[in-house]
Amino acid sequence: MDILKSPATDIAAQVKQKKISAKEVMSAFMKQTEKHNGNINAFITVNDKALQEAEKVDAKIAKGEEVGPLAGVPIAVKDMLCTKGLRTTAASKMLYNFVPPYSATVVKRLEAAGAVTIGKANQDEFAMGSSNETSHFGGVKNPWNADYVPGGSSGGSAAAVAARMAPIAIGTDTGGSIRQPSSFCGLVGVKPTYGRVSRYGIVAFASSLDQAGPMTLNVKDAAAALEVISGQCDHDSTTSAQPVPKWSQNLNSDLKGMKIGLPKEYFTDAIRPDVRKVVDNAIQIAKSAGAELVEISLPLTRVGVPVYYLVTTCEASSNLARYDGVRYGYRADFSKSAPEDIADFYSRNRGEGFGLEVKRRIMLGTFALSSGYYDAYYKKACQVRRLLREDFLKAFAKCDAIMGPVFTTPAFKVGEKINNPLQMYMNDIYTVSANLAGIPGMSVPGGYSQEGLPVGIQINAAHFEEQKMLNVAYAIEKALQLKEVPNGIW
Amino acid sequence: MAYGNWEPVIGLEIHAQLQTVSKMFSSDSASFGGADNENISPVSLGMPGALPVINKKAVEYSVKVGLALNCEIKTQSIFARKNYFYPDLPKGYQISQYDQPICEKGYVDIFVNGEKRRIDITRAHMEEDAGKSTHHGDYSLINLNRAGVPLLEIVSDPVIRSPAEAAEYARTIRGILRYLDVCDGNLEEGSLRCDCNVSVRKKGETKFGTRVEIKNVNSFRFVEKAIDYEIQRQIDSIESGEKIIQETRLYDSTKNRTNSMRSKEEASDYRYFPDPDLLPVRLDVSWVEKIKSSLPELPLARAARFQSAYGLPEYDSTVLVLEKSIADYFEVAAKECKNPKAVSNWIMTDIMRELKESEKDIEHAPIKASQLAEMIKLIDDKTISSKMAKTVFAEMWKTGQNAGDIVKAQGMSQITDAGAIEKIVDEIIAKNPSQVTEYLSGKEKVFGFFVGQVMKASKGQANPETVNDLLKKKLKV
Repeated sequence: MDILKSPATDIAAQVKQKKISAKEVMSAFMKQTEKHNGNINAFITVNDKALQEAEKVDAKIAKGEEVGPLAGVPIAVKDMLCTKGLRTTAASKMLYNFVPPYSATVVKRLEAAGAVTIGKANQDEFAMGSSNETSHFGGVKNPWNADYVPGGSSGGSAAAVAARMAPIAIGTDTGGSIRQPSSFCGLVGVKPTYGRVSRYGIVAFASSLDQAGPMTLNVKDAAAALEVISGQCDHDSTTSAQPVPKWSQNLNSDLKGMKIGLPKEYFTDAIRPDVRKVVDNAIQIAKSAGAELVEISLPLTRVGVPVYYLVTTCEASSNLARYDGVRYGYRADFSKSAPEDIADFYSRNRGEGFGLEVKRRIMLGTFALSSGYYDAYYKKACQVRRLLREDFLKAFAKCDAIMGPVFTTPAFKVGEKINNPLQMYMNDIYTVSANLAGIPGMSVPGGYSQEGLPVGIQINAAHFEEQKMLNVAYAIEKALQLKEVPNGIW
Repeated sequence: MAYGNWEPVIGLEIHAQLQTVSKMFSSDSASFGGADNENISPVSLGMPGALPVINKKAVEYSVKVGLALNCEIKTQSIFARKNYFYPDLPKGYQISQYDQPICEKGYVDIFVNGEKRRIDITRAHMEEDAGKSTHHGDYSLINLNRAGVPLLEIVSDPVIRSPAEAAEYARTIRGILRYLDVCDGNLEEGSLRCDCNVSVRKKGETKFGTRVEIKNVNSFRFVEKAIDYEIQRQIDSIESGEKIIQETRLYDSTKNRTNSMRSKEEASDYRYFPDPDLLPVRLDVSWVEKIKSSLPELPLARAARFQSAYGLPEYDSTVLVLEKSIADYFEVAAKECKNPKAVSNWIMTDIMRELKESEKDIEHAPIKASQLAEMIKLIDDKTISSKMAKTVFAEMWKTGQNAGDIVKAQGMSQITDAGAIEKIVDEIIAKNPSQVTEYLSGKEKVFGFFVGQVMKASKGQANPETVNDLLKKKLKV
C-alpha cells in the first residue's frame, strides 16, 4: 500500500487491523512534509510531538482499546483552530507567539477519533483573503503549479492535502474559504450547515458565518471526517442539537428521484468558458445518474458579495478587538519609546501586529457599525441577508440540491489580484451566499482548466441536508474517476 | 433641601452583581476573594476562539428582580456587544443588553418622610462585569477575577426629585435585592454600584435640562450628598451664566464634590450590535410563572404585615423591613416575648446603635433575637426595671450572656416590695431635711434628687415607679 496515495479511511482501517502502525503512517507523511513544505509553505508550524502522539494511538490498539474512525490519520489543522500546547497564529504577526492553553472542540473530537495533528496549516491572515497571500508567514504555492495560488483562505490546508503531506485537512469557511481552495487544488471540501460544527476554540473572523469543515481526497473521507467533528457542543450555543447521521455509510451515487436546481443567475458570461465546460459536464453526469434538472432563480445573488463584506467586516471589527497586546500575542517594542497613553499603546500594538488586509476590514467594519451609519449599512445588510436566506428556502422547495461553479476561474497566478481588493472580493459571488444563508456547500473535483489546473463543482443543499449534497458529489466522483495528481510531489 | 425655584431631575442606574456560582458566560467561579487571576479561563481571558454561553441562573435571578420590581418580563431579549477598548475588558467589548432588555416598565414604591412615592423603572438588563485595573506608578496590573461576573443594571425613569428620594430609592432597591437573595448589596465593595443622572430646570418647565452622570458613589449617604452637591453646582453655574455640559463626573467623598471625568465629545461610540455568538434569550412563560410563585415576601408587603399583625406604627415597620435580617430578628424576638413594640424600640435604638458602632451585621450581633426577647420579658414581669435593663443590655452585648444569668450573678433583680422601698424612702427623707424644706417651698426640681438618692441606696434595684409614688406621697405638706 502506498500510504501517501491512500485515502484517510483506508489508512485508518489498515492501522486498526495493525497492518501498518500509526507511527509508520505519521513518519511517511512527515517525510513528505520535510521534502515539500519548504517549497510549498503549507504549514506554519509542524507538530514536533506528532510521532509521539501517533505512538499513543498504536499503544491503545496494542492494548485492545477502542480507537476512533480516524485512527492514526495525520491531520493538517488550519492555524485558525486552537491546539493546546501547539502554536496557533491565525497567520498573523499579532499571534506569532501564541500557544493556546486549550484545544478547539473540533481538534478534541479529531483526537478522540484517533487522528493526530501533523501541523498547523498556513492561511490568509485571520482567514481574510482568497489567495493565501495575506499570511504573515508568506504565501502558499499551489502544488499543481507553483506559479499559482492555492486559493484561500484555507490555502495551506488545501496545499497540504494536494501535496500529500496529510490525507485530511481541516479548513474554515466564512465565505468560501474551504470550497475555493479545494476547487483550486483538486480536493473535496465541505462547508457544513451553520451550527453543525462547534466554533469553540476557532479564532473568530465573522461569527455568524464561520464554519470548520474537512478537505480531503475523496467524498467518503470528507463524510467520515465531518461525522467526527459535527454535533452539539456545550461551549458553543450556536451549535445545533440535530442528530449527526452516518453520512459516510449512506453514500449513494444513484440520484434517481432527486431534483437538482440550476440557478439561472449563476450561469453567465462571468464564468470562464473552460470552467463552464467542466461545470456543464458535471451537471450532465448528475442527470445521467438519475437526477432531474430544474431551473431555479436566486435573484439576490448579485447583492451577496456586498452584504457579505458588510456583515463580515462588522463582526470582524469586534471579534478582532481582543488582540490588543495586553494579555497575549504581539506587543510593540516600547523599550525605546514608552507609550504616550493607553491609546498609543493599543495603536502601536495593533498597527504593527495586523497586516494590511486585516486593517482594511477592521476599518470598514468599524465605520459600518458607527452611530449614524449602522442603519444604512449593518442593519440593511442583515435585512437583505434574511431575504437571501428566504430565496434559498424557496429554491429548496423546488429542488434537493443546487449545482454551480465554485469560482469564475481556476487558480490564478501569485500576485495577479492581490493589489485589487475589490476585484478579489467580487470573485466570491458563488460561495458567500451559502454562508449568509447558513446552508451547507461543498466543492468536488470536476475536471481541469486549459492550463491543466483543477476545477471544482459547487453543490449546495438545504439546512442539515448534507447527505443529499454528498450523494451528488459521490456520483460525480464515481463517474469521473479523476486520476491526475500534481506533478513533482513524488 | 430646597433649591429655590429650581427643580432637580434625577434618575439612577443601579448595577447589581448577581450572586451566582459561576460567571455570566462561563463556568469560571464568580466568587470574591481568591488569588489574583485565579477565577479565569480562556473565556474570561478573551482568548482567541473562546465563546460565551449564557448562565441560566443569572437569567433566573434577573427575572426574579424584574418581577419584584413589577416589570414586564420579556419572553425574548437579546445580548449585544458594547465595543470599547480598555485593558480590563478582555474581549474589547462588553456583552450587554441594548435595545431588547429582559425587563421593562416597572416601578417601586418608596417612603420619604412618611410619604409614599412611586418611582418608575425604565428597564433592567443583564450584562457582564469588567476586570479590575490597579495602577502602580509606571505600570498597571489587571485582575480578571471579576471579568464576566453577572450584573443586572436597573435604570429608573428621571422621576426622582430630591437627593433624599434618590437615596431612599437606592436603599429600597438594595432591600429588595437582598430579600430575593440575589445580590449582597455591598456598596463599599462594589457588589452594588450606583450611577446618578442629575439635571436641573426651573419649576414648571417641562423640558429637561442638560444631564450630568455621577459615578463612584459608594454609600447611600454619598448618593444624597453627591446629588445635593451636583444640583447646587448646576444651579450656581446656570445662575452665573454658564452652560451645563453633558459629561460624566466622579464624586470625591473626602472633599464632598464632583469632578469632571469626561465630556460627551470624548465618550466612545459603542457600536452596539447583536452578539452573533449568542442566540436570543427566549423565556418560557410557565418558567416565569414558576419563578413568580416562588418569590419571597418583599419589604413593602412585610411592612404592611408588621402593622397589622404586630400593631407596629408605620414608621417602625418601614425601618425594620429595610434589612431582611433585621426584620427576621424582629419577628423572632416579637413572637417570643409578645411585646412587639418593645422589641422594635430596642432594635431601632440600642441594637442599631451598637451595630453601627461595632460595624457588625445583625447576624453577627452578640445578642440573639431570643436573648433580647428574654430580657424584654424580664422587664415586662418587673424582674428588672427598664433602667436596669440598659446595664443588662450592655453586659449582654459585651459577653453574649443571657439576661437572666446576668441578673442572677449580679444580684440585680428589682425591688418591687413596697415595704422595703418605703424603708429606704423614709431613711433618705430623714437624712436630708434641708432638701425637704427646699422641695416643700416650691423647688420641684429637688424631687429628682430624692429619686436619685433612693435609687442609689437601692443599688438601682428599686422599682422606679414605686419610688416615685412613695416619694410623692411622703413629701406632701
